[in-house]
Order: sequence, then structure tokens, then C-alpha cells
Amino acid sequence: METSENIRDHAQRSTAFNQDEQRVNWHDKTLWFIREKRDKAAWQIPEWEMLREQASQIKGNVLTNLQRYLLQFEHCMLENGIQVHWAATPEEHNSIVYDIIRKKDVKQIVKSKSMLTEECHLNEYLEAHGVDVVDTDLGERIVQLANEPPSHIVLPCIHWKKEEIGELFHKHLGTPKGNADPQFLTSAARAHLRQRFMTSRVAITGVNFAVAETGEIVVCTNEGNADLGVQLADVHIACMGIEKIIPQRKHLGIFLRLLARSATGQPITTYSSHFKKPRPGQEMHVVLVDNGRSERLKSDDFRNALKCIRCGACMNTCPVYRRSGGHSYHYAIAGPIGSILAPGLDMKKYADLPFASTLCGSCSNVCPVKIDIHDQLYKWRQVLVKNGHVHPGKSFGMKGMATILSNPKIFKWSGTLGRTLMKFLPFLISNRLNPWYKHREMPQPPPQSFSAWYRQNRKQDGK
Amino acid sequence: MRVALFVPCYIDQFYPQVAIATLGLLERLGVDVTYPVNQTCCGQPMANAGFEHTTKETNELFISNFHDSDFIVSPSGSCVLHVKHHLHSHTNEAVASNIRKKVFELTEFLTDVLQVKTIKSRFPYVVGLHQSCHGQRGLMLSQMSEIVGPAFSKTESLLNMVDGLKLVALDRKDECCGFGGTFCVTEEAVSVKMGFDRVLDHSSHGVEYITGNDMSCLMHLEGILRRQKSLIKVAHVAEILNATA
Amino acid sequence: MGSREQILNNIAGAIVKETPLPELKETLRKESNDAGEFVAILEKIGGKAVEVKDWATLGHYVLHHFSTSTRILSTIPELPWFVAQLSNDPHAFENVDLAILKGHFGVAENGAVWITDTLMGDRSIPFISQHLALVINKRDIVPTLHAAYERIASDSYEYGTFIAGPSKTADIEQSLVLGAHGPKSMIVFLMSA
Repeated sequence: METSENIRDHAQRSTAFNQDEQRVNWHDKTLWFIREKRDKAAWQIPEWEMLREQASQIKGNVLTNLQRYLLQFEHCMLENGIQVHWAATPEEHNSIVYDIIRKKDVKQIVKSKSMLTEECHLNEYLEAHGVDVVDTDLGERIVQLANEPPSHIVLPCIHWKKEEIGELFHKHLGTPKGNADPQFLTSAARAHLRQRFMTSRVAITGVNFAVAETGEIVVCTNEGNADLGVQLADVHIACMGIEKIIPQRKHLGIFLRLLARSATGQPITTYSSHFKKPRPGQEMHVVLVDNGRSERLKSDDFRNALKCIRCGACMNTCPVYRRSGGHSYHYAIAGPIGSILAPGLDMKKYADLPFASTLCGSCSNVCPVKIDIHDQLYKWRQVLVKNGHVHPGKSFGMKGMATILSNPKIFKWSGTLGRTLMKFLPFLISNRLNPWYKHREMPQPPPQSFSAWYRQNRKQDGK
Repeated sequence: MRVALFVPCYIDQFYPQVAIATLGLLERLGVDVTYPVNQTCCGQPMANAGFEHTTKETNELFISNFHDSDFIVSPSGSCVLHVKHHLHSHTNEAVASNIRKKVFELTEFLTDVLQVKTIKSRFPYVVGLHQSCHGQRGLMLSQMSEIVGPAFSKTESLLNMVDGLKLVALDRKDECCGFGGTFCVTEEAVSVKMGFDRVLDHSSHGVEYITGNDMSCLMHLEGILRRQKSLIKVAHVAEILNATA
Repeated sequence: MGSREQILNNIAGAIVKETPLPELKETLRKESNDAGEFVAILEKIGGKAVEVKDWATLGHYVLHHFSTSTRILSTIPELPWFVAQLSNDPHAFENVDLAILKGHFGVAENGAVWITDTLMGDRSIPFISQHLALVINKRDIVPTLHAAYERIASDSYEYGTFIAGPSKTADIEQSLVLGAHGPKSMIVFLMSA
């Protein structure tokens, strides 16, 4: 487990990732292809931009009235026979979930995709307490077998090649060595996991949307693993962040039109299941988790990150994510949205993330709920610097730069000096210590600056 | 109409020809242009690195240089965007607010204010247009590939007025080049890889020149091109629009 | 103070500018052939649409295409595979090869069928069977999800789901594979009767 002290930051990890250029090209092209699928799907809906605006406003309304909607949601769930739990911290969430499992005397469970449970490190907690957890989403199962975290919130093993998966399945599932056929491997996983579905009495799911008006939760999958697990189990535990609320059932018409198209370019996931009342004889629990969300609600600058519906579109479009991989962000949620969420939880540990960006703004444009991601990245930089989470060398350099740039005479003098040095002593700057110089030539110093030219050629104008 | 020319710091020092071309182009279009000689920088490099709070003096210097013109025009999308969003003053916010309204990037100014319909310029080369992010997504210089909406591009419209110029279509129309300010050195590996990929997109479509609204992007791409000993050159949009035969 | 109170108090302490709920506007959709679009999308996502004029035709289709199926189950009284008394234990359906159920309606823009617990027999059946067939009336196709929720309105189902084609995954190098954990194939019978 990495600690704040020994964590390698995004820059170091992305440098390592870029050692293998062919692999970076493959990773980048695969994710760009998904971004293109999103574009095609969005263009099928003439009112796409209006949908985004409506979704953003609905989520904005949720954030204005979060307490009221949560109480309404809780009330409806209780009426429907669902047991409701509140957890302020990840530890409390894990403890609540374990307690439910322990009371049933169950030692093995199934879990479908839930980023919230990743955020809380639920699997490690349960394993440490003697409960065997099997992640049933194929991508999650693959990274689970490989003992790694997912690298993308929707496509957990996007960084794995099929030959590597074939090897993994050969080792863990006994598939023939060298078989890398996706159809064959998926069938093998189907058979392997079916056994598990048949014998697990507790199923954990995430929650894509929680409807305050009716107390129902919606879970979206392509594989059917969430539903299969729940319908065969005695206990259904659904884990969610408190911001997953939407006000009314009819709002699902907006969000379900946006979610899959933004995530993978599909019009809708295969299953969009609305759980309102547990099946007769089944126990259903919903665990509501805070983990910093109520704190973030207080910030005008960063509150909008709570609108996130976890579609992953920002990751697919981000040119930096595509070329550095999810693991470079060393947080459960990677990419642009991860970079504005993580520092809110631990500024020191995640100070590098808001700087892992060129602020190009593509993420904000694909976000189905119009989170101002690139603006928040900029704002986080100001916060992190003010709180001292920046390299002292950089601080010194920036302050120096500010001094030079606020004084015209010093600016001209240092500019001339710089250009002269570059012209006559190029090795001072064009050397291995200069990170620019590693793969790029320095700009060629011109004989004079523009202001010098202007004085010579137009000296009667200006001030 | 009095227009003050705002020349980004690195253009003043390293790419004066871009400012010379901007000045020449505006004068040819009949604009009365002044150049406040004591200007330095808009403060963007520090602000983007998280040091916005150190830019107060830079801001005041900017205000003192530019407060009394009708328009402020600059050959840089990112600098103009920064001023539009982040120029503030503790002593004279009204003046700062006024400046934010009258600062324009060059192609914006030509299209929206001067409403140029023809330009006498000749540039008989195959050209790829690099869409600099801040100009495009911040200043709305052109439609963004993520958005479901009608196509438009102020820069392309102007380039299409240039005699002999052939504009090619790229595979990824508006992917970032990877410069990103201090990002270009703090995340050197990713920055360079992004630059390599942009260059490859252009070179695979046979361009002779890569152009754009932001010299910072072009500086980064040029660094890569020259290291690769490529024959492809870079030229700022101002240089192309002012390329008289 | 318990966590519930702590969390709710913390939320109440945040001052958030009011954002009203937007009016949900009509779509700008031009397409008017809902059935045609439904079929096209369903086939694109790996499902199959079969038009049938009555239950007998449907029955013949199933006999012909699922002749080797060891166990076919249906909740529809008009079909020979109808089972009146279903087991309470969902595990009992593990060996169902084909399940034939009624759906409420289809959605043209995404090829999905809305089905709720009252039509499923057991909630596990649409997921545990190897193949799935849903039957809707050809007229019962709405254009978009917006229209779907207008139709669902405040229906008091206990469990409902939109099913769009067979289960699938693209987790292995983005290669689309039909048949993940749910049914490997899916037919929507469009009844014109």
C-alpha cells in the first residue's frame, strides 16, 4: 500500500508509462475510438446539448436541496421495506457492510461494479475479515485476479491486452495456454462466475441513480451481473454516495439518455434495473456514504463536481489520461474528474493531480452534466499552492518570474540576457538538465525583441 | 478607432516576426495601432501554475499600459483568454472590467469587429491548422468537436481568403498539442508524446506548414519538428494573413 | 450524535444558491417510424426482432428455432410452455434454456423493452435463462425514454428493468462479445394482433 511519503506522483508514473511507446499508442487509440463512438451517439440526438443543460440543472437543484431529497428518499425506502444506513467515513461504510454479512454467517459474496466501494477499499476490508469477495463484472474480475485496482471507472481493464488476459485466465481459470480469443475467454468467465452466482447469498451492488420521489435505485450494467447476483441472493446491499440522488422518476428519462452514450457510445446499457422493493423474503439494504461530500457541498468553487454521474467520458477524451493510463493517478477514480475529487479528500497525497493537465477543456465539453472540470483544475492549483503543496523550487521560480514580469526594465534586460546566452553559450541551456531539451530543440533566439524593433522602426508612435 | 497591440512576452522575446506581422496586417486593414512600450506579460504562466496570487503587480502594469485604447488586440488566444477571465485590480476594478470587455484575439478582432471579408495575401502551401485549446474552447474561435452544434471557424474562414493556400483536414481536429505552460517540462514525457502525435497527424496529411493562433503551441511543435529534422515549418496565422507576395 | 445526524447537519450547513428544476422539454426528434427504428437499433445491439401475427405463429417460430432446447419456460398462458405455478426458489430456474415473457412496451431510440416484476414470473428469469424472448404489441413502441417515463408515470412496480438486447461485454480489448452473464441471445416478438 502506498503512503503519502512514498507515493510516486503522476509525472513519475506517466514517464514510466511512456517508456513503451507502442503500448501508449494502443492505449490512446483504444480510448479515442470510444470518444468517437460517444460523438456518433451524441449526434443522433439533435437536442443533445439541451439534455446536458437540463441534467446539469437537475443536479444543481439536487445540491440546493440535498437534505430534503435525502430525507424523502430515506422515508420512501423505509416504507418499501428497505433498511437504510448512513456512513460518514469509508471505515464506517465497510464496517456496516461487513456487519450485515457477518449476521448472515456468510463467507463468500458477489459484487457488481461500484466505484464507491473502490473509494472505500471495501474488498480489502472484507478479505481481511474472512469474507471472500468476487467482483462479477468481467473487467473488474480481470483486475481482481491480477491483484490490481481498475484503471478506468467504466472500462476497468482497458490497459490489458487480450493475450495478457488469456495468460491470466490460463493461470486462474485453467483455460488453454495461448488462447486469447475474447469470445472463448468470456465464455470461460461466464461458466466460472455462474457457479459463484448460484452459491452466493449476499450480493453487493452500486447505485447509478437514486430517486428521492419513489425510494427506488437504478443500477445499469451490460453484463446482467448485478441483477443475476441480486435475484439469487438472500441479501442485497446497495452502496452509494449521497450525491447520487435525483429528484423524480421522470428525470431518469434525461440521465439514462445521457449516461451510456457518454460512457461507451451505446444508446443504453443492456440492463437499466429499477429496484424499488426487495423480492419477497429478501433483505435489502442501502448504505448512504458521505466521505467528504457534505464538506464539498460548502464550496462554491468545487461543489459542481458532485454532479458527476460516473460515466468516464472525461477520461476517454483527456489527451493526458490516454497517454498516461489510469494507474498514473493513484486514486480510485482517475482522469479529469478524479483530479478534482481526490485533493478534496487528501491535499498532500493528491497535490500532483490537478497539474496533470494542460487545461485544454475537452473534458468539460463531454461531461453530460456540464461540470466545469477544467476551471476546477485551475482553482485547485491556486488552493494547493496557497496551502504549500508545491515544490519549493517551483515556488521560488514562479515568484521570480512574477517579479521580472511586473518590471518592464528588468523584463527587457533579462530577455536580452537570455537571448544572448542562448546565442553565444547555447550549451548553458541546451543540455540534459533542461527537460525541454530532451526531445525538443529550443526556440532560436532572434537578433532583437519586438519592442527593440518597434523602437527602431516606429519610434514616433506609441508611448 | 484606437487599437493597442498586446504582444505576449515570449513573442516579444523569441518570435518578434509574429508581432511584426500582426502590426503590419492591422495597418494594412486601415487600423490605427499603438504599441505601449512598457508592457511585459499578462500573468498567465504564473496563474496557470497555481500562483495567481503573485500576479497583482503584473496586472496593474497591464492596466496602466492598456486602459486608454478602444480595443486591445493580441496574436494569442491563451493570453487574451487569461486577461478576459483573470484581470482584476484592487485599486481600479472598473478599469480592469472595461479592459476585459475590449481585449480581442487577432482572428476574433478581424472577424467580429473589422468584419473582414477579403484579405490580400498569398501563401501557396499545404497548411494544417492546429486548434489551440484556449482560443477554441475559451474564446469560441471555432466549433468544438465535442459539441453537437453547427460548424464554424473564424480562423479557417480567414485562411480560406488567402490566395494559393490549401488547408488539409486532420484525423483529430482539435486535440491538444501538449504544451500547457509549465506542463511542458513538469510532465515532459506526456507533453512530448502529445506533440509527437500532433506532428504525425499533420505530416501524414502532407502539410508543409503548421499554423495556429497561439505561438506557444507552435513553439512546442516546432521544437519537435526541428529535433526530427522535419521539413515542416510553423507559421503563426498573423504571418500567413500578412504574407504579401 | 450518530452519523445520520452528523451528515444531515453538515449538509444543512452548506449555503447553496437555489437552482430551480428545469421544465422537461419535448425532443427535437424528426423520426416518426418508431417500429422501424426500434427494429433497426435492436438488431444493431445484437438482438433480433421477429414480427408475428398471433400466438400460434410465435409458437411455431420457437419450435423451429429452439428445437434442441432442453427447457423452455413461459409466463404466457397462450403458449404451450406456460407454467402456472412457478417455484419460489430462483435457483430452480438455473437450467432454463429459453424464457418467453411479455414486456410492457418498447423504446425506439434504444431498442429496449420495459418489463416489470409482475410479468417476469420470477425476477431471476430474465437473467438466468440462456436465451430470452420478450413479446410486445407492435403498436406499443414509444419514441424515446422521455416518452417511456411519461408512460410509466407513477406505476407502483416493485422491480422493473429496460432490457436492450442480449447481455454483452467489450471488456476484452473492446471486442464485443454477446452473452456475458445474462442471456446469450434475445428476441423481441412484435405481435400485430
